Amino acid sequence: MLVNRKLILAHFWLAFAVFGIALTLGAWQMFIRSPIGTWLSNPELYYRSLTAHGTVMGYVFPTLVAMGFGYAISETALQQRLVGVRWAWTGFWLIVIGSIMAVIPIALGRASVLYTFYPPLIGNVFYYLGVVLVVVGSWIWVALMSVNLRVWRKANPGAPVPLAMFANVAGSYLWAWTAVGAALELLLQIIPVAAGLKNTIDAGLARIFFSWTLHAIVYFWLMPTYIAYYTIVPRAIGGRVYSDSMARISFILFLVVAMPIGMHHTFADPQVGAGFKFIHSAFTALVALPTLLTVFTICASVEIAARLRGGRGMFGWIRALPWDNPMMLALAFSFVMLGFGGAGGLINMSYQLDASIHNTQWITGHFHLIFGGAIVIMYFAIAYDLWPHLTGRELMDIRLIRTQLWLWFIGMIVTTFPWHWVGILGMPRRMAYFDFADPAIAPQALSVTFSAIGGFVLLASGIMFIVILARGMRAPLADAGPYRFALAVHEPKTVPVALNTHALWVALMIGLTLTNYGYPILNLALSSGTSVPAVYVGAQ
Amino acid sequence: MSRRDLFTISNSHFRIGVGITAAILIVTAVAGFIVLPFAQPWVQFAGVWDAICSAAGVPQRTANVTVPEQAKRLSEVVLTSNTLSRPSQEAIGRGATLAQRCAICHGPTGVSRADSPNLAGQYAAVIYKQLHDFRSGARTNAVMSPFAVNLTDQEIADLSNYYAYLPRLPAYHPTPQLPKPNIVIYGAPMRGIAPCGSCHGSLDNKTGSPWLEGQSEAYMKAQLQAFATSERRNDISQQMRNIARAMTPQEIEAAAAYYASQPPDVVKAVD
Ligand code: HEM
Ligand SMILES: [Cu+2]
Repeated sequence: MLVNRKLILAHFWLAFAVFGIALTLGAWQMFIRSPIGTWLSNPELYYRSLTAHGTVMGYVFPTLVAMGFGYAISETALQQRLVGVRWAWTGFWLIVIGSIMAVIPIALGRASVLYTFYPPLIGNVFYYLGVVLVVVGSWIWVALMSVNLRVWRKANPGAPVPLAMFANVAGSYLWAWTAVGAALELLLQIIPVAAGLKNTIDAGLARIFFSWTLHAIVYFWLMPTYIAYYTIVPRAIGGRVYSDSMARISFILFLVVAMPIGMHHTFADPQVGAGFKFIHSAFTALVALPTLLTVFTICASVEIAARLRGGRGMFGWIRALPWDNPMMLALAFSFVMLGFGGAGGLINMSYQLDASIHNTQWITGHFHLIFGGAIVIMYFAIAYDLWPHLTGRELMDIRLIRTQLWLWFIGMIVTTFPWHWVGILGMPRRMAYFDFADPAIAPQALSVTFSAIGGFVLLASGIMFIVILARGMRAPLADAGPYRFALAVHEPKTVPVALNTHALWVALMIGLTLTNYGYPILNLALSSGTSVPAVYVGAQ
Repeated sequence: MSRRDLFTISNSHFRIGVGITAAILIVTAVAGFIVLPFAQPWVQFAGVWDAICSAAGVPQRTANVTVPEQAKRLSEVVLTSNTLSRPSQEAIGRGATLAQRCAICHGPTGVSRADSPNLAGQYAAVIYKQLHDFRSGARTNAVMSPFAVNLTDQEIADLSNYYAYLPRLPAYHPTPQLPKPNIVIYGAPMRGIAPCGSCHGSLDNKTGSPWLEGQSEAYMKAQLQAFATSERRNDISQQMRNIARAMTPQEIEAAAAYYASQPPDVVKAVD
């Protein structure tokens, strides 16, 4: 039951439009710092572009996808009209206004601070206010997801919450809480300086606040993808979810352990005690658990589909899978990229190994593979799956869709593998220019060139994606029937309260945040002499 | 079970969830705060509490190594991009009077005929910082230091505002404009050298960095060499020393010659 199609389409279209722009900037960045581009002689332009690319790809694009998908889940999984449609539109418009407000100073070169804000670097205040508006807009969505679930529970007391909605609300709570870190950083530290009320800033404390956001935000990006793994893929390929409880446990684990681990981003920072770094590192190891559970459950679900289609043998069933189905392709590509990216992540989370790849191109290679690859390819799949239900028209270009997914996969591998490699060789990230004529880095020229070529393949794929969706808006009308989510092998009749509600896990999430962040934050906030003068972008 | 019993010991999910979480927290805390600190034989702790405080990052009041007394003074000037940003006409006037004693070297119009730096139109924060450093002894020069030692804070601010206010006139040693050498526009990324222009004006300006166009070639070369040998050390956090040390003698020559040959009107406008 999709009633508010316009609302959902608005979110998706805005998401994909800004994605297209940021993708173009990304390809340009790749080109300009590779040996095939000619250097512009002005690093500032590079950092403008990088700030725009990071801000859109990190904050605006995934948030809009999660919101649009969340509204769709709420209406279809709960079979209930969205409550609070006006509020939903308010949230949407806040994001539109916030994005415009942030992009103008970036374009003018007044906010080239990169999406991680980089204090004590301080840009124009409207950039930060724009980001705040985007976050506030998304918090409205969080509240609406919670309210809609509550309304449904009233009407269906004690009934198991549909898995898609359970996971969706878990993701929204995770986002609500993790965004608090960056919000505190912006409101208490950066904005007062940007607005001219103060001219010093505690950069170390600001980085701690940012790390509060930085890890769990990646699980927020990942939520729509995992929801699609569990609740769309098995249905689309004709199988069933292997275990509904396993799915719930995975999402719960994300809620509990995604938060108290962000200091793995500050391993190299002197202002954090080594003991806390160790605790965060240990909890980071735990976060592999829900992903391993998911990989197991989804592989089992896919096997069920294959066996239902007549596949047999130890591995022979793999051939029986519907490989021409875009959802199947997307899942396979996503898993391959998740596997490689996850292996790389093990290196990042290890205190000692991290030291060798800290701040190198390895990091950018890593998160493009996981985020741009494993996660975003499922965003494409979600859009393809929902589009006929949102537009009431059929997506005709199945071959084009398959080509698009293949190109994204190939492009991502070609881009990120050499990207990792030059990182291991020590090439720093966030550099506008490399002098490949220098014998010291001349051997890396070839790898960087491959990366740049991969970047253009990605750009081509991204354009195809947008074209396919745009053509889908004008295809002949066709009724796609009601939207359904995958069923479990054993559909739950009753679910224990703890697996049907979020309260216990939200409490643990907040509790662990206090234990793992409380002292380091208080220590820095209460010590004097920890602030440094702000450095204003573009100031003379 | 009803939702009211969620947070009770009788709920096995509560027991297991909270129990496992707490157990992991305790084990990792013991490892991180007690076991691992003592596993480092090269660090000595007074006791368990000392180890815990150290691992927690509590600022240590007593350092167990004695810091050698700083032999030479370092710069203590704090600059922000707002330093001296809105001078009054009176301040500029007072500065003009004071500047008469500087004219013998720096020229009556702020453009030097000798190899002293040109000051006309230099950023105020730059002159402000250098005068403070001459006064404190963080920077020394046989001729300049005696002029600076008796200046008051007010006089330093007035002089800085005055010189910043003067128009940027062409320098006295005209040479044909040279093309940009690589060190100026690209730096040397693999040696950790940012482009000169990214601080000194042609690409971007960072607070406290002077613009250099039209300065005397001999002066700039001497300063780069002084930075490279740490003879001059008033650059905050060794910003310039780190760069000058990594520069080759040829790069120093090229950068000095290039900047000396540039007319001042290519400098990015202030404010
Ligand atoms: C959906 C896909 C993508 C996402 C989510 C994404 C996200 C990001 C983020 C968050 C950053 C960090 C910005 C920073 O360091 O401040 C970044 C950097 C960058 N991205 Fe992307 N990106 C995506 C696709 C691409 C593509 C397709 C390309 C190339 C064609 C690209 C090229 C770059 C480059 C060159 C950098 C800068 C690396 C550096 O200088 O350190 N990105 N991206
Ligand atoms: Cu992380």
